[in-house]
Amino acid sequence: MRHLRAAAAITLAVSVVAGVTGCGGGTSSDGGSNESPKTLTYWASNQGPSIEADKKILTPELKKFEKETGIKVKLEVVPWADLLNRILAATTSGQGPDVLNIGNTWSASLQSTGALLPWDDENFEAIGGRDRFIDSAVASAGKEGEPPAAVPLYSLSYALYYNKKMFADAGITAPPATWDQLVEDGRKLSKDGKWGLGAEGSNLSNNIHQTFVLGQQHGADFFDEQGKADFTSDGAVAAVKQYVDFMAKDKIIAPGNAEYAQNQSLTDFAKGRTAMVLWQAAATTFAAQGMKPEDWGVAPVPVPAGAPGAGKQTNSMVAGINMAVFRNTRNIDGAKKFVKFMTSDAEQKILCKTYGSIPPVKAAQSDPAFAAPELKVLRDTLATSAAPLPQVPNESQFETAVGTAVKELFADAAAGSPVTTESVKARLEKAQQTMQG
Amino acid sequence: MPSRDGHRAGRSPMAAPRSFLWTRRVVLTLLAGFVLLPVYVMISSSLKPLQDVSGKFRWIPRGLTVQPYVDIWDTVPLARYFVNSLIVAGAATVCSVVIAVFAAYAVSRYGFRGKRVFTVTVLSTQMFPGILFLLPLFLIFVNIGNSTGLALYGSRGGLILTYLTFSLPFSIWMLIGYFDSIPRDLDEAAMVDGCGPLRALFRVVVPAAVPGIVAVSVYAFMTAWGEVLFASVMTNDATRTLAVGLQGYATQNDVYWNQVMAASLVVSVPVVAGFLLLQRYLVAGLTAGAVK
Amino acid sequence: MTATVTTDPGTGKPARGTTRGSGGARRGIPRIPDRIRRGGLPYLLLLPAVLLELLIHLIPMVVGIVMSFRQLTQFFIGNWGAAPWTGLENYEIAVDFDAPIGEALLHSFFVTCVFTFFAVGLAWLFGVTAAIMLQESFRGRGFLRTLFLVPYALPVYAAVITWAFMFQRDNGLVNHVLHDQLGITDQPSFWLIGDNSIYALIVVSVWKGWPFAFLMLMAALQNIPRELYEAAAIEGAGVWQQIRRITMPSLRLVNQVLVLVLFLWTFNDFNTPYVLFGKAAPAGADLISIHIYQSSFVTWNFGTGSAMSVLLLLFLLVVTAVYLFLTSRGRKGSHA
Repeated sequence: MRHLRAAAAITLAVSVVAGVTGCGGGTSSDGGSNESPKTLTYWASNQGPSIEADKKILTPELKKFEKETGIKVKLEVVPWADLLNRILAATTSGQGPDVLNIGNTWSASLQSTGALLPWDDENFEAIGGRDRFIDSAVASAGKEGEPPAAVPLYSLSYALYYNKKMFADAGITAPPATWDQLVEDGRKLSKDGKWGLGAEGSNLSNNIHQTFVLGQQHGADFFDEQGKADFTSDGAVAAVKQYVDFMAKDKIIAPGNAEYAQNQSLTDFAKGRTAMVLWQAAATTFAAQGMKPEDWGVAPVPVPAGAPGAGKQTNSMVAGINMAVFRNTRNIDGAKKFVKFMTSDAEQKILCKTYGSIPPVKAAQSDPAFAAPELKVLRDTLATSAAPLPQVPNESQFETAVGTAVKELFADAAAGSPVTTESVKARLEKAQQTMQG
Repeated sequence: MPSRDGHRAGRSPMAAPRSFLWTRRVVLTLLAGFVLLPVYVMISSSLKPLQDVSGKFRWIPRGLTVQPYVDIWDTVPLARYFVNSLIVAGAATVCSVVIAVFAAYAVSRYGFRGKRVFTVTVLSTQMFPGILFLLPLFLIFVNIGNSTGLALYGSRGGLILTYLTFSLPFSIWMLIGYFDSIPRDLDEAAMVDGCGPLRALFRVVVPAAVPGIVAVSVYAFMTAWGEVLFASVMTNDATRTLAVGLQGYATQNDVYWNQVMAASLVVSVPVVAGFLLLQRYLVAGLTAGAVK
Repeated sequence: MTATVTTDPGTGKPARGTTRGSGGARRGIPRIPDRIRRGGLPYLLLLPAVLLELLIHLIPMVVGIVMSFRQLTQFFIGNWGAAPWTGLENYEIAVDFDAPIGEALLHSFFVTCVFTFFAVGLAWLFGVTAAIMLQESFRGRGFLRTLFLVPYALPVYAAVITWAFMFQRDNGLVNHVLHDQLGITDQPSFWLIGDNSIYALIVVSVWKGWPFAFLMLMAALQNIPRELYEAAAIEGAGVWQQIRRITMPSLRLVNQVLVLVLFLWTFNDFNTPYVLFGKAAPAGADLISIHIYQSSFVTWNFGTGSAMSVLLLLFLLVVTAVYLFLTSRGRKGSHA
């Protein structure tokens, strides 16, 4: 009797498991449908000062869309802490929004799940054509050679922010244009408890963004043509070492920065403790911390020599938010219309102005708002000298592995342990071995 | 057994020696200090403007302001999250305790096939890391939703079901122990008087196990109140709970530390008040009901 | 196997457990009439609990275990049925201690053991001390009882973030006191990165966890008969002796349950290290729950993450079985 009952229980469990795993995934209707043409669910990411602020910014625009097309958009602003988890759950179960924002570095990974609608020529035509968008922004939306998995929505790049007064006091007349100049200026500024440069040493993404760019400048890509990890090339090692050396050798970054992960480097800058910081659009944060706009200036991120450009003159990764559509949406035409609406010239001008980002739509960039000093630098960088992060499916593994290696190197530097080419290479070697597949 | 609560008014001849009293004072002061240190930091941070919070630490803050306590309600829909948490935690607690009482009564009072399997399985659920069955659980909820139309994901109901199950194992285990200590004579006496076993449970066993039930309710409530991982995936904007919602103060560009602290303190006040009220039930003699 | 939690009021000895099957005589009382036992009432009473556990705990766990035998990466997450079976490959990767992944897992495992030992030990110590000290009524006892539960009442996120604040190297309270005010260290130390991170983790875990031990022990202490203390006092036993001879043995059963449960929960604790250290914990404080999270959610490799979780589950099962065996043997021994 006991055995029978146990056998029954196991059979039940196995059949349920089979049912669950068999029904997993949203492949019921492979290409989407138009079953619910009147509604759309949209997951927006948090771009503004708060979730409530985001709702206030987006709701009028959604009402406009409803008036135009009669489609009601159900908006949910998802905090960053939850967004990836929820996208994962949605991908797993097939139960999710129709349209959503994704961080552009997630594009290749999500693309490989097969859950997102590919933007082939036909789909691009429906929203006005691929040429409307900046090339580098589209290149950050999926694997090269395949149709992108998303459409760029808000774009950003990195810039060098510097404290005008501290520069003037140290007798520096212009922001540095090359790394050597930056180190030199940094040394002049790093005294009396103040420091030349700030860094978020424990922020894995930030570490990747900085070292990737330095890698480009050293001619290294972190991934080879087949998409396999290559963290130990001379260029990659040199790039990581250069970044960590700002603290270890040049001593222009305060040791305390090694533990920063909550934008403390921005606070340090706003309070006049550091003179320079490399960041995406930081104007609103400085203002929130009490710094006046006239106190800081913006310049392009330095390059080894010469002026920023393509290839080895890259000085920023393409940052930003992409808009994607789930393949199994029940309102595929409506979703495309919504993407068209959000990437229209008019909406791009409105939204990017509010969020302080750069429109990836070329025509919208002509708005005078984007010629303001800070945005102008970002805009030009985006157009001429920004490169997309590796568009590989295991991009987030890359971020974790190499980002952690850099974090640990910063910890070494802060503790006073030597940072040598060998030690850098050893850590990157270890990181590379954790990359699976 | 007489309740010990409040029975000792003055020093009796069997009072503790001075050395014990002094040790006690020192130890309790140290523990209180340890507990209070972060609370003090929370309170003082909640009263500072944002710029000062990230500044150098000072024991006495300068420039106090109550603004954060006003802002917390706007930055994040705190009131809604609070209500959601109350509903979810409250419902999960009530259901969990009721189900646990039934289960514990069955294990404590009856012998039956599969009892050991049940208790061992219940214990083994405590060993599995939550991250692992997060996605499968979500999948199950979605499948249920697809086949029955009962949407458990994104709803408070799904979260209630999840949380009440999370607190079941420990609750059942503890209640088995409490029930075991209540002598069978009481049940038997009641049943001789004509009660069925269920009436006996409610009229005799439960009143005798009140402190145990209260302790277990506190545990179930706090488990539901503070759970983050499953709430982050299972809720949407309308049903989000506090534990996850508090992270909304960390936005894309800024982290509003002062508001995080203020909001945490505000939502914890009712919980601490609840503790204060429930205390006396906790420490009454566990076998008060057995005293005849 | 259940362990009884409280002592028998009449005799001060532990009440007989109910791990035997049907009909175990309890202190000579005739057993429940057969008609009730066969009537299926206990099954009915258990049914809600069983159904819920099946649905929410067990079936997902089984699915999780099945996941560990498949190569469930981002390519297959949309359709689990299509993920290829890889047999034990995920396990092999996890236990290959020469390769970085296995090595990191082993290291994280040891770190977690050390962490759990100290965190549970200290939490229990604080809890039992406070519970004993707050036995006697004195002015302010009620206030202290509530105060000590405050860490349990505060939301995890806020509490841990506050400690992260306090542990900041340049602006934190801990270094302010240790370095600026007391001059104990020459330089402000790092608490959130580097080798000291494990201490920070232990402090935060103990701060959050000891009130629960305190709560459970406080309730259990009420069950010890007054007469025992009075009798001992009359025979001249001092307070410390009373604690050693009466209080602690009476608490043994509660302690066994409490320590086991605290051990399991602390070993699996995810929130504390995640909020304290973010996505990448420093090597010195790389707890296994974070490590598994990194290997599954962050890297989209759910097969490996599941395999690691199953290994963790097996380890905990073994530890629990050994623990229960040792403790129940001790219990039987004391009644020889």
